[in-house]
Amino acid sequence: MPEKHLSSQFDNELGTVSTRVMELGGLVESQIRQAIYALSQFSVEVAQQVVTAEAKVNAMEIDIDRELSSIIARRQPTARDLRLLIAISKATANLERVGDEAEKIARMVLSIISSGAPRSLPSLELRVASDLASGLLRKALDAFARLDTSAALTILKEDDLIDKEFDGFVRKLITYMMEDPRMISPSLDLLFLAKAIERIGDHAKNIAELIIYIVKGADVRHAAMDEIESVVK
Amino acid sequence: MTMTLTTEKTQSAKIAVKNLDFFYGKFHALKNINLDIPEKKVTAFIGPSGCGKSTLLRVFNRMFELYPEQRAQGEVVLDGENLLTSKQDVALLRAKVGMVFQKPTPFPMSIYDNIAFGVKLFEKLSATDMEERVEWALRKSALWNEVKDKLKQSGSSLSGGQQQRLCIARGVAIKPEVILLDEPCSALDPISTAKVEELIIELKQDYTVVIVTHNMQQAARCSDYTAYMYLGDLVEFGATEQIFFKPNRQETEDYITGRFG
Repeated sequence: MPEKHLSSQFDNELGTVSTRVMELGGLVESQIRQAIYALSQFSVEVAQQVVTAEAKVNAMEIDIDRELSSIIARRQPTARDLRLLIAISKATANLERVGDEAEKIARMVLSIISSGAPRSLPSLELRVASDLASGLLRKALDAFARLDTSAALTILKEDDLIDKEFDGFVRKLITYMMEDPRMISPSLDLLFLAKAIERIGDHAKNIAELIIYIVKGADVRHAAMDEIESVVK
Repeated sequence: MTMTLTTEKTQSAKIAVKNLDFFYGKFHALKNINLDIPEKKVTAFIGPSGCGKSTLLRVFNRMFELYPEQRAQGEVVLDGENLLTSKQDVALLRAKVGMVFQKPTPFPMSIYDNIAFGVKLFEKLSATDMEERVEWALRKSALWNEVKDKLKQSGSSLSGGQQQRLCIARGVAIKPEVILLDEPCSALDPISTAKVEELIIELKQDYTVVIVTHNMQQAARCSDYTAYMYLGDLVEFGATEQIFFKPNRQETEDYITGRFG
């Protein structure tokens, strides 16, 4: 925010907590990338790293929440400051969930590897979808840092792409399973992986909605796209 | 700024301010103020020192007329009558539009007489009726339980918060329609402040309450509508929730978030 408060300490506190959210965002983004890398390379080591780092994501969420409570208690924020802090709290919760999804993917990779499933699984689509999802999350975090509502709008539209990708992938898995019943078990694993990736896109979308909430003061969750567009305009 | 800022049309206005200008000698202290004070609601005025909020409050009961070089132009319509041009007796107006000041101002007399004094000016009540009225006013002001056993003691023997509630009781006793509160809690500790704020919310069931406060959180806590004033202009007027969550004007936002330089 360009204008400064009379209390520069308040500015510092808002700045610090915003930075912490970006750090958390950076961490979960790398968690997703690692988890997908573990999937494509069938790497036990990388998957385990993701599982271990999840504890750090959780600790950061708790830290940020503590800072937020402290600011609210001492500063009694109003208007844009209030919306920013509420949005940070929700964005943090969303990012932590993304971390959970990354961990879920890593654990599934570990279980697929230990079950000795064939490496011929159709995981290419998953990589495409996960690139989309992690790209979307990065864009959401960038837009959050800049409080850019038009970028937020683009993200909301792009999440539809991931949803479409997911639907296509599910159809493909069904075909695999019908052709060869031995593929059913590994295909179900892949289905859960795809679902986890699709959820990451949803969290990115939630963060984009929060940007509109901060800047415009409008709650656009569950709103139709044309309503959201008229709010942002 | 020549905007007309009004609350929802469904609210009936107890006081309608139209094109009001106010001058201290040559100094233009209120500039074309237009707003409706809704009936039986709490309306708060906020803004930095010198913005005109107390001046506006003093127009509502013609308190400014005590000073010859001060004059108001425009309309302040109370119950259909422009009180600026009204021939109505100013004492009667002030009985209808009561005021409580920043510092508690108990009269140098007993708690009982503090309340009865004003009532005697306007009504002839029997001793029993007067007792009832005093008790009623003290109950209304959430002070009865604390003073019922010492009504003959001096009003100034009470604590600051109690004195302020006594002043509110004094105002309430003559059954006004509007109560103006000018920084009623600025000299009070947090517990007394909380009691007065409770009282303000209580009072709006029967009265129209207008409060001027430097404490924005207080406006946020106990008012239904909030007006932000700056340098004699009414910048924004709206539902308190909206003003503190998403004000329409940047100036309001800067002030309430503490970005006011």
